[in-house]
Amino acid sequence: METFVQQLINGLVLGSIYALVALGYTMVYGILGLINFAHGDITMIGALVSLTLIQLLAAAGIPAPVILLLAGGGAVMVCAILGLSIERIAYRPLRRAPRLAPLITAIGVSILLQYSAALIWGKQYIALPKIIEPAQLTIFGAQLTSLQAAIFLLACTIMAGLLWFIKTSRMGRAMRATEQNPDVAGLMGVNTNTIIAFTFVLGSAIGAIAGLMIVLYYGLGHYFMGFMLGLKAFTAAVLGGIGNVGGAVLGGLLLGVIESLASGYIGDLTGGVLGSNYRDIFAFLVLVLVLVLRPAGLLGHQGGDRV
Amino acid sequence: MLSVHKLVVAYGGIKAVKGIDLEVRRGEVVALIGANGAGKSSTLKALSGLLKPSAGRIDYDGAEITGKPAYHLVRRGLAMVPEGRGVFPRLTVAENLAMGAYIHDDKSAIARDFERAYTLFPRLAERRAQPAGTLSGGEQQMLAMARALMCRPRLLLLDEPSMGLAPLMVQKIFETVRAVAAEGVTMLLVEQNAKLALETCDRGYVMESGAIVLADNAKTLLSSPQVRQAYLGE
Repeated sequence: METFVQQLINGLVLGSIYALVALGYTMVYGILGLINFAHGDITMIGALVSLTLIQLLAAAGIPAPVILLLAGGGAVMVCAILGLSIERIAYRPLRRAPRLAPLITAIGVSILLQYSAALIWGKQYIALPKIIEPAQLTIFGAQLTSLQAAIFLLACTIMAGLLWFIKTSRMGRAMRATEQNPDVAGLMGVNTNTIIAFTFVLGSAIGAIAGLMIVLYYGLGHYFMGFMLGLKAFTAAVLGGIGNVGGAVLGGLLLGVIESLASGYIGDLTGGVLGSNYRDIFAFLVLVLVLVLRPAGLLGHQGGDRV
Repeated sequence: MLSVHKLVVAYGGIKAVKGIDLEVRRGEVVALIGANGAGKSSTLKALSGLLKPSAGRIDYDGAEITGKPAYHLVRRGLAMVPEGRGVFPRLTVAENLAMGAYIHDDKSAIARDFERAYTLFPRLAERRAQPAGTLSGGEQQMLAMARALMCRPRLLLLDEPSMGLAPLMVQKIFETVRAVAAEGVTMLLVEQNAKLALETCDRGYVMESGAIVLADNAKTLLSSPQVRQAYLGE
C-alpha cells in the first residue's frame, strides 16, 4: 500500500510534466494535422537554457526564487521565438504540401535542434547547481518533496489556465474554429496564419516551463533529453486522443502514473529479473495498446478522418 | 458595388473559370445559375478570397481586391456563406454565431445581432448550447446564414444555399434571402435550383463550362426558351 501511494504521487508529478509537453504536440496536431517531432527538442532547449541561466545567476549570488523566475522567463522567451521561427521557416512553406513532407521536415528540425544543442552545450550531462533545499513532506505514509508539490501545482495551474483560455477567450474560440475549418475561419475574419503561429508560440512556451521542471526534478540536463521526453509526451497525447487538449492533460497524468506504478512493481512481479530501469517499456506498451485498441484515444472524437 | 473583369480561375492547369465579366450593383440580388461543374462555385471562391484568381481583376466598393485574402475582405463587408454550409461542428450554435462577430468588438451591438439572429431563426435560439454538428442540414444552413449576417455584410455571397435540403426548408431559406435583401444587403447567389433563384433575384447570369452564356433580367431569363429548356426542365 505504501509503495502504491508513493508511486502514485511520483507518477502524478512526472505525469504533470508529460502533460505540459503533450499539450504542445496536441495543439499543433489539432490545428495543422502535423506531428511536430521537434517539440521534445524545443523542451530540451528550454531545459538547457534554464540550466545555463541558473548556473550563471547562482554564481552571481542571486536569491533562489529570483533565479527560478528569471530562468523560467528566459527559457520561455527563447522557446517562444524558436517555435515561431520553426513554424515560419520550416512548416509554413509546406502548408499545402503532401502530409509526408512536413512530417519528415519535423524530424529534420528535431535532429537540427539536438546537434545545435550538442555544439552549444557539449555532449556531456550538465548538473544543476544546488540552489534550493526542498523540504520533505509526508502524506499517507509516502514521501513528497516541496519541489515535487510545487511542480505539480504549477503544472496544474498552467493546464487549467490553458483549458479556460481555449474554452472562453475570443482567441481560443478562433483557435478551435481554425482547427475545425480553416477556410471558413478565414471567411469569419480570422487570419489563420496568425492563429497557427500563436499556437506554436504557446506550445513552445509551455514546453519551456516543462523543460525547467525536468531540470529541477532530475537535477540534470543533456542535449538528447528531448528525444525520450518527446516520445513519451507524444504517447500521452495519443493516449488522451491527439488533437484534444483535455485529452493531453488526462493522457499525461495517466502515463506518468502507469509508468511509476509499473516500475515500482516490476521487480516484485518478475521475481527480480526486470528492475525499475525498464520503466520506459511501459510508455511504449501503452502506445501500442492504444493504437491497436482505441486509435482515437480516450477523449478523441471517433471518426478517424486524419492520419 | 462589385465588378469582375476577365476573371480566370484555374486548378493546376485546368481552367474552371475562363475569363468572365460580371457586375453586381448596390442593393441588387443577382443569381449565378448553371449546371454542376460550370464554374459557379469557383467564381464565388475567387470573389470571397478563398481562391487566388490566375488572371483578371475584381473591384469591390471602388477598390481593387484581386487576390486579397478572405479575412481581409470580410472586414470590408464582403461575407460568404460557403458551399456545404461550413459550420464549425464542435462549436456550439452560439459559439458559431460568435465567430461571425469575430471582426466586431462593440459588445452591445453584437448582443443586438445575436437577438436578430435568434428572432430570424427561433430554431437556433432553442439549440444555442448544442454543438453545430448535431443540427439537421436545414438548421445548419440557417446557422451558416445567421453567422454570415453577424459579420454585418454589405455584400453577401451565397453558395448553393438550397443544396441537399428538403423542399420546405428550401422555401424557408429563400424567404430569409428575401428578408435579408429587404434590409438592403446586396447579394450574389449561386444556385442549381434555377427557378427559385430567378424568382428571388433581380438579375441573373447563366454559366456553362467556365463561361457566361446569358445575362439578363431575372424575368426575361425565366421566360427565355433557352433557360426553360436547359435549367427548368421544359
